[in-house]
This record gives sequence, structure tokens and C-alpha cells, in this order.
Amino acid sequence: MSARRATLGGHTYEFPTLVELMAKATPLRSGDVLAGCAAASAAERVAAQTVLADLPLATFLDEQVVGYEEDDVTRLVLDTHDRAAFAPVASLTVGEFRDRLLAWAAAGDEAAISALAPGLTPEMVAATSKLMRNADLVAVGRRTRVVTGLRSTLGLPGTLASRLQPNHPTDDPLGVTASIVDGLLQGSGDAVIGINPATDSPARTVALLELVDEVIARYGIPTQSCVLAHVTTTLRALEQGAPVDLVFQSVAGTQGANRGFGVTLDLLAEARAGALALGRGTVGDNVTYFETGQGSALSADAHRGIGGRPVDQQTLEARAHGVARHFAPLLVNTVVGFIGPEYLYDGRQVLRAGLEDHFCGKLLGLPMGVDVCYTNHAEVDGDDTDALMLLLGAAGCTFLIAVPGADDVMLHYQSLSFTDVLTTRQVLGLRPAPEFEVWLARMDLLDDAGRVRELTADAPAARALLAAAAS
Amino acid sequence: MTDALDRPLPVRDDPWALLRSATRARVALGRAGDALPTARELEFRAAHAAARDAVHQPLDPAAVRAALGDRELLEVHSAAPDRATYLQRPDLGRQLAEGTTLPRTEDDLAVVIADGLSPRAVHEHAAGLVGALLERLPGWSVAPLVLAAQARVALGDAVAAALGARAVVVLVGERPGLSSADSLGVYLTWDPRPGRIDSERNCVSNVRPPHGLSYGQAADTVAALLTAARELGASGVALKDEGPALPAGAY
Repeated sequence: MSARRATLGGHTYEFPTLVELMAKATPLRSGDVLAGCAAASAAERVAAQTVLADLPLATFLDEQVVGYEEDDVTRLVLDTHDRAAFAPVASLTVGEFRDRLLAWAAAGDEAAISALAPGLTPEMVAATSKLMRNADLVAVGRRTRVVTGLRSTLGLPGTLASRLQPNHPTDDPLGVTASIVDGLLQGSGDAVIGINPATDSPARTVALLELVDEVIARYGIPTQSCVLAHVTTTLRALEQGAPVDLVFQSVAGTQGANRGFGVTLDLLAEARAGALALGRGTVGDNVTYFETGQGSALSADAHRGIGGRPVDQQTLEARAHGVARHFAPLLVNTVVGFIGPEYLYDGRQVLRAGLEDHFCGKLLGLPMGVDVCYTNHAEVDGDDTDALMLLLGAAGCTFLIAVPGADDVMLHYQSLSFTDVLTTRQVLGLRPAPEFEVWLARMDLLDDAGRVRELTADAPAARALLAAAAS
Repeated sequence: MTDALDRPLPVRDDPWALLRSATRARVALGRAGDALPTARELEFRAAHAAARDAVHQPLDPAAVRAALGDRELLEVHSAAPDRATYLQRPDLGRQLAEGTTLPRTEDDLAVVIADGLSPRAVHEHAAGLVGALLERLPGWSVAPLVLAAQARVALGDAVAAALGARAVVVLVGERPGLSSADSLGVYLTWDPRPGRIDSERNCVSNVRPPHGLSYGQAADTVAALLTAARELGASGVALKDEGPALPAGAY
């Protein structure tokens, strides 16, 4: 191994390990400073990027960031790596790979980019993203095609779906239904109607699954439901014969962090098989849903790699994507500003992380969505989330999460509103999932131009859906 | 769908009111094109502004001192020198600033008032809660009160260890939500020392009369937990399992 060093402004910077090289090449964010792995200066960061650009992409097949022997995520990634899919880019350096991706994207060659996924590892795409500017992340993300389906088809060109998130502080059925109706009337819910339950009780989970299943069946909505309980709770619900469309789980990029979430790869496989056996799909058979987010491994104190060194949070996030893709998900999203300013401090860091996560997820073959969100102690506001949602729309993001009025009254954070999804679709000329758009038209929720109408309460569609809340 | 259309709506004059009455979520806001109407947009901004101001309002020791009357109050600062550092380095907010000295009084209980993520909560509720709590602890010797700036909950462990106290109660400003910028939390730790983890503490949150818990309710719970912790010689998960039932709404 040649010495990894670069000279910048008369100063020579050395990066003894791959873990340090990756961390120091990462654009500044508070979580890496907290972990103690960030570059000490702007110059050191660029020096690391310079070294990383000359690193052969194939290095990541031989040299690990997190050890093979001690981490099952590393083993999953390397044991399932597809050399044939990797072949077209096997001889490139990280920098050359960035250039190649941008050339393909400019030429609109979606097939060339999208076919790489099984040949790429999380560390390869993370390294590449570290050399990219925000616009690069948008340009390549936009040309990476990932199409999935269960009862709606997601990820088609020119579409932007949304998860309708009707959370309620006590899981009150009427309160949840009111938020579902509010979202449907504003054209949200084509990716999933997905509830974060206030408690993880199996009985509550089954009750919520039955509630959403009834709404979907009653109005013939071409979408799917999900109660985002722990995977073991969903397994219990499956045993009880509950209408489970999607198995959900939060996942992270190290075995230790996944242990902190109480999950193993075997458990995820078992739950997926259970949902698949129900055969509830009409247009596809993707039955899993995962959430990720930069900082989850650090917050679980499970963020160390080779030599016990802290791994940067963006590389670990890409490794979480590497877990998710093994289970053929319908949906994956990063929750980009949720855990607070000690991981992503301000709007600039949240914006960058959202675009990185979308890019890395897509390139690894995931139907990548984003929860564009923030907490009140972060230096983020609605202007920042506007910028990210529009850039994600431009980047071909699979879906965005939306809650009534951007205010989640259960999880106590701010996400996007249903109107934000409408704005993004309108500004960028994007449409809902095709099956859902047909349903919106059938419910008379679209005007002649195909836009979601502003309804008065006595409109037939409003009356019909309001009746669901009244019953 | 025909059935649904035929079903009468219960609120005839404003059917949207049905949605609004069903949840605190911001439903049925109306639209201005594909965006929110101005009034709804400004309501949201006002709620966010209150939460932001609660986070960034500086702790006012003189105001806390005045509200506490003639009780002795010591002031300490965490190792986080300013708000921006505090928000990005929770580890520094758990350590005392270098050179901090405290008298070793070896009392039963230390009470630490920490600004946390809402100094406003401390200004509005700390004195009231401290008064209610101390009234309920006649058999306890209590160390001089400590007011801690740029402080996280675990700073209480360092303070209590320096004071030589057997238990610590930390009153801390909680992370402001859009509808609750002034909520105070209370964390109790038996045998406090640096390195204690969250599962070794008991918590009572959402102290903010008149909307949340009253001082009396919260103080009843904390006093009962303290008594149980003294009997058990421990706090945290073990105590919560065997301890007294908490009043409804305590969490």
C-alpha cells in the first residue's frame, strides 16, 4: 500500500488508514466533530478528497472500513457483491468514477448508471459522494432509476410520491383518521399511509393496521399501509393474522447499532417472508420499508471501525442502505434532521446530508425517499426545508414524508406539509404514482389540468372522505 | 362509496370542524394555491419562533435568584462556553468547566437547576417547583442549590459528586416543541457520579402549569421516588418497576 498523502499549500497531509481518509474527506458536519473524526481544517479536508479521488474503486473490496470478522453488515455487503455488475467501472479510481457518473447523467444514460447497483458497495458510493457538489448529487440521482411496487408503482420518471404520516399522541382512531382524510384530500399517501405508533404494543399495532386497511379498502385506494412498530411487534401482528402490507424497521450501518435497535439480519428476513406470504400486492411484491439517518450509529456508541477508530456518519449511513437493499424494499427513507444539531447542526448540513443520502441510496439500488425535517434546537427553518425538498424533487427522489401542517404532534418535530408536496410537484412538473393519480381523478379530486383541487366541504369527494372520519 | 355519501355529516355548518375537533394536528388548514394561506403560515411561524427563542434566550441567574428568595444558590457553568458549542457538543454540557470548585457538604440531596434546551422553562417554573419539592422533604438535608448554565442532565452527576450528595435532582429545561416552549423536566439519580447512564435515572417531564403537570403533582412524584430510591439504594429502571405508581399524566 502506497502512503496516502497529499501536499496542499506547502503542507503535507497524511492519512494512515482508510477510516481516517474517508472521515476527513467528508464535508463538515457536527456529528463527525462530536465523534472526533472530522478534518482539522478546510485544507486537510480537501487534501483527503484529493487522495480519495486517486484511490482505485476496487480498494474497497480488499480493504475494509468496518472489519469483516466482527461486523455482519460488512460480511453481508462483501459476500453478496456482484463482480459482473462491477466490471464496467472496476478499473476506475473514485475520482474517475465520479466523472463517469456525471457523463452518463448528462447523456441521460439511466441504464448504465442503474445497472451498477449490485456491483457497488456502500463505501464506494459514500467515497464518491464526498467528491461531489450538491448539484452533482442531484444530477446523478435524477438519472438513477429504481422502480418498486406493491399496490402503487413508485420511482417512475416524472413522479414524486409521498408518505402520509397521520401520527397522533395517543393513537386515537378518530384523530389518526382525521389526518389521513386531510392528507388524501391534498393528494398525499401514494407511497404509503404510514403511522408511527405512540406505543409499541402489539394490540395497538393491529388496531391501527385494521383501521388503515379499512380506509384503503373502503375507498379503493391504490396504496399500502404501514405501522412503524418494531419488527418483532410486526411479527406478532402477522401471527395474529393482521393485514400487514409492509414490514418496517429502522436500520443502521453497523452490527452493533442494529443490535441497539434490537434487530438482526435473520429477524428482518423472517419478517419479510411473513409479509410476502400474505400476497397483498397487486402491481409488485416489495414488502419492506426501512428508515435510516446519519448519526444513528454514533448515538448508539456503535460507530467504530478498523482499529477502533470512529467512522464518519455519512459512510455509516451508506452502510445502512447496504443493509436495506438486501430485503427488496418498497420504500427507504433517511430521516435527515431528526436526531438533532449534534449530528447535523444547521440548514446547510441538513441540505447536504439529504442529498448525499438520496444519492447513495439510489446508486445502491434503493427506492430512496427523505423525511425532510428538523427540531427546534437545530439552526434550521422552513426556508431550509423548502430548498431541500425542491432539490430532492429535482434529484428524482422517490417520495417525501408529509404531516398535517408540517407539525408532527406525536414525535414533536417538523416535517413537510401536504401542501409542500403539492408545491414541489407543481414547480417541477411532477405527478403522483400513476395508480394513485387515476384514483384521485376517480374521486374527482383533480381539476382539468390534473392538479389537486382546493375543495369546499360540500364537494362530493370531501363529503365521501369526511364521512370516514365521521363514522 | 355510495354508503359513505349517503351518511349524514354530524357538523353541518362547517364539516372541516369535524377534522379539527378530532386531533391537535394541523388539519384542514385550507390552501392558497399549493401553499398554506397567510394566516396559517404565520401561526406556524409564531409557534416556531417561540420555540427558537426559548432555546436561545440566555439564562438569567439574577431572575432565578430573585424568584428563589433567600435560599443559598451557587452558580456553575458547563465546559461548553456558548450556546452554539452547547448544541453541538453534548459531551461538554455534561462536564463542569475547568477549575469549578464546590463546597463538600455531604448532604442527602443536591438540587441542580439546569438551563438545558429551554432557559425559559427555568425562569418560569424552577423556583415554584423547588419550593414545592423541598416542602415535601422534611427529613432530608439539602445541599445549597446549584444553578448550572449550558448544562445537560448528566452535569448533575458531576455537581453532586463534588458536593458529596447521596442523590441528585436535576430540574432541566426540556427541548421546546411547537406548542410547549416552557416545559421543565426533573431527573432523579441515586448515588450520582460521572458515568451514570440514562437507565439509572427516573424522570418526570412536562412540568408547566397550567397546561402540563403542576408543581405539586410533580413534587409529590419526585418526593415519592426519592423515598423509594433511598429504601432501594438505587434509581432508574429497577426503581420504576417497584416504586410507587405515578399519577396519571406524569409522563
